[in-house]
Amino acid sequence: MRFAVIVFPGSNCDEDMYYAVTDQLGETAELVSYTATTLAGFDGVLIPGGFSYGDYLRCGAIARFSPIMPAIIEFANNGGLVLGVCNGFQILTEAGLLPGALRENKTLNFICKDAPLKIENTQTAFTSAYGQNTEIRLPIAHGEGNYYCDEATLAQLKANHQIVFTYQDNPNGSVADIAGITNEAGNVLGMMPHPERAVEWLLGNTDGLPLFESMAAKVRQ
Amino acid sequence: MYIAKIYVTYKPSILDPKGESIKSALHRLNYETVTDVTMGKYFELKLEADAATVESTVQAICDQLLVNVNMETYRYEIEALEVQ
Repeated sequence: MRFAVIVFPGSNCDEDMYYAVTDQLGETAELVSYTATTLAGFDGVLIPGGFSYGDYLRCGAIARFSPIMPAIIEFANNGGLVLGVCNGFQILTEAGLLPGALRENKTLNFICKDAPLKIENTQTAFTSAYGQNTEIRLPIAHGEGNYYCDEATLAQLKANHQIVFTYQDNPNGSVADIAGITNEAGNVLGMMPHPERAVEWLLGNTDGLPLFESMAAKVRQ
Repeated sequence: MYIAKIYVTYKPSILDPKGESIKSALHRLNYETVTDVTMGKYFELKLEADAATVESTVQAICDQLLVNVNMETYRYEIEALEVQ
């Protein structure tokens, strides 16, 4: 499987993402600049965390109009697997590939810690390898991870089983404890926690690895 | 030439944590009469546009980039500028 790791000005988790899917997962990957205009030849797209365009205006608002975005939207609309983590999640909501928006944390703190999560749906292209294990811990590191959507959207997310991860101890004020959601088709996942920072025992946690294994298994189907 | 002054705030239904934080600071300063604080963004855009299209252009700019309509709301004032 060949992953594209998108690099925006201000991305800072791109190398971690690359390392997770190459050295730890054993697949191939390429860092793809925000100035590229095609994703031909890739099986999955990873939008990493960071502060694209300095978070100016709103998180993800300016990245959403960078040259690579039409290719990402086309890739997603054709059913390709797209994962956005942290700032990547914010970019996906700004681009309209995922519903809702990310607001400032309720407490105004930048929160950097491990968060216990519940996997609400283990039947997705991103969570199938978790099997029956529905409680994991992943690092979170964000100032604007407070997920918001209106009540009608929340009802749709629930009805379509699009809520994939929830916080067990809601740190930021997110609606319905939401930590990660998919689009209706299930091929685009956005999440605030960082699976790429939890892929080896040397760092004390491998709970993120099955997410990437799930994506690889889906592509090989 | 026109100048558009654009004010963006969270929708009233959305908690504004910065506004709340400023309100508690004002209360600590004994301004107990302050019952609500809203913090938003202010933009000034100068546009070379004609009278027929300037308003629709400003609206499109707000909807496409300046405002996230999922959680924010906006209002604007448009004034004609004297050509220097």
